[in-house]
Amino acid sequence: MRRIISLLLENEPGALSRVAGLFSARGFNIESLTVAATDDETVSRMTIVTHGDGGILEQIVKQLNKLVDVIKLMEVSDGEHLDRELMLVKVRATSASSRDEMDRLVRTFGARIVEITRQGLIVEVTGNDEKLKAFLDVVESGSVIEVVRSGPSAISRGGKALKL
Amino acid sequence: MELTGADILVQFLQDEGVEFVFGYPGGAVLHIYDALYQRGGVEHVLVRHEQAATHAADGYARATGKPGVALVTSGPGATNAVTGIATAHMDSIPMVVITGQVATPLIGNDAFQEVDIVGISRPCVKHNFLIKDVKDLAVTLKKAFYIANSGRPGPVVVDIPKDVTAAKTHYEYPQSVAIRSYNPVSKPHSGQVRKAVNMLLRARRPMIYTGGGVVLGNASEELTQMVRQLGFPITNTLMGLGAYPASDPQFLGMLGMHGTMEANMAMHECDVLMAIGARFDDRVTGELDKFCPYAKIIHIDVDPASIAKNVPVDVPIVGEVGEVLKQCMTELDQADRKVDPEALSAWWSQIDDWRSQQCLAYEASDEFIKPQMVLETLHRLTNGDACVTTDVGQHQMWAAQYYGFDKPRRWLTSGGLGTMGFGLPAAMGAQFANRDSTVACITGEASIQMCIQELSTCLQYDLPIKVINLNNRYLGMVRQWQEFQYKGRYSHSYMDALPDFVALAEAYGHVGMRIDNPADVEGALKEALAMKDRLVFMDFITDQNENVYPMVEAGRGHHEMRYSPYQSFRNQELA
Repeated sequence: MRRIISLLLENEPGALSRVAGLFSARGFNIESLTVAATDDETVSRMTIVTHGDGGILEQIVKQLNKLVDVIKLMEVSDGEHLDRELMLVKVRATSASSRDEMDRLVRTFGARIVEITRQGLIVEVTGNDEKLKAFLDVVESGSVIEVVRSGPSAISRGGKALKL
Repeated sequence: MELTGADILVQFLQDEGVEFVFGYPGGAVLHIYDALYQRGGVEHVLVRHEQAATHAADGYARATGKPGVALVTSGPGATNAVTGIATAHMDSIPMVVITGQVATPLIGNDAFQEVDIVGISRPCVKHNFLIKDVKDLAVTLKKAFYIANSGRPGPVVVDIPKDVTAAKTHYEYPQSVAIRSYNPVSKPHSGQVRKAVNMLLRARRPMIYTGGGVVLGNASEELTQMVRQLGFPITNTLMGLGAYPASDPQFLGMLGMHGTMEANMAMHECDVLMAIGARFDDRVTGELDKFCPYAKIIHIDVDPASIAKNVPVDVPIVGEVGEVLKQCMTELDQADRKVDPEALSAWWSQIDDWRSQQCLAYEASDEFIKPQMVLETLHRLTNGDACVTTDVGQHQMWAAQYYGFDKPRRWLTSGGLGTMGFGLPAAMGAQFANRDSTVACITGEASIQMCIQELSTCLQYDLPIKVINLNNRYLGMVRQWQEFQYKGRYSHSYMDALPDFVALAEAYGHVGMRIDNPADVEGALKEALAMKDRLVFMDFITDQNENVYPMVEAGRGHHEMRYSPYQSFRNQELA
């Protein structure tokens, strides 16, 4: 099962490698990992997407909590939550018709075209994993030049919060 | 007053109450060594190899409960220390390892003797630090000691670049330190304790299984009191030996791969298992699918990550072992229900039946020295009160089986990592901690050669360690597995061209003895033990074919032990 774990950790050199090292050393699966400083610059927030059943997830959570740099942790996918990911897609579109086609697609997906050149265009799509995959599914695969995904950021809905 | 980083380090160690630093100098730590020379206040022990510095610090920590301290230089000094750091990490030993580092402007430039020790040691430390500013030095050192010695203890590496040791700042000893991201749990959840006690009192075939956590948590008094009050059988892991007196009738011996029949069978048949400060290691559980098939499991541990890691648990209790056991006893006193005495007595008669099989009996010989006999004799002559360190292999298991420990912190062995070369340097640490006690290093001719250079350190500091070398000319445990599982294809487990250990000991300035006749064992041990101020290296030429029994082989459960051929023979005779 796909799980999303959010954690707050000390914004120290090496903190990221402790988390990444833990996943590889213990053979835990990692689908994506994003990290950035928060509004408090001494704290980083990390979002990890992993797969595992109850027992494995329990171990992942416990082992992460055991790291001295981890301040707080929450399994966001445990309750109602939002997850959003940014994807940039560079598409080959040299003819007017192919550009029109892309324009229609982009509007349907609530995406944006952020650059147009003679060779093609760059599309910015935001959404969850499902939406990003759906978008890629409908773009003609031959026309895709490059895809980059940020990995998801997640937040719980309602009053629950992961804060110091 | 402003002090240099090197002075701050040495002054801090003194203020922290550190007695000994086990170390080896080198370029990156020269300022620190100069501060040791000029400032003093902490005794530095010069080892002969950095691995030994960490093992000696580890041995000191195991013997005293205080964090051990090692000091090594950058690069190879730091990498040599890694085996000792990993050893301490696997056994949760509090230790602070200070490594020199190249000057901060050189870091990342592949400078001479540069290595990323923070990166290298990351998977085998509790935590580590690289200090880049002398202003952070004192507080970081305080954090290192606090982290090493609280919660589930472990080694902490502090990497200090050379320019930081030269830079100056104001120094004040930090009395305490708070780390917002690190708050180990000490007090247990009282509801969980009540649940556990209720479960214990309802048990018909209860079993207590305890590990190194009881020793580390200094909780052997509480454990002994509770187990005696309950009248339940108890077993210890390899790491837990000494937490409960081995001479007590409720003690069933060690469990696991080379555990006793009574301990392993009681594990298999019990209906309630209380695990205390133990981590269900694979050498303890045997095949997990066959582990304790009838038991509800209570697990007490200070580390939540140890609970339900390998085995599902019915009642988890997170907290310091001593604190949890105290609360358990309070609950026991208040409980209306008492243990069913009939069920318990039926359980004991079953256990006594297993015990009567004497699974540790071995065939005496007047031709070959039996290693078991050496250890039993050592136990008798030292009244079971020596501080015993071991290396790794058959001799280690025999020591665990035949030298009964009645007190904690007398048994120093590398359980988790299984580090050959641990025994002699660990004995040095233990001897520094207990200057007047008998410290015996039980070893084999293969293990001892992995840190034999420390015989030189022992001479320099007058450490009267008794080295008991059980010399069977084989990597005994490897040979045993090759006999059982590889049809006797003894691939590279025979040591040809061994040194003359007596001459070697003498060359290092010690007393050497060779004993090859069983009749001489007792006399030689007496003679050696009487030499209170000399290191004596005793080379016992033992039976080459002796194996460690019983044994739970790979894929087997506790109830599927392999017994010695002598045992089967004896049982036939009895029948």
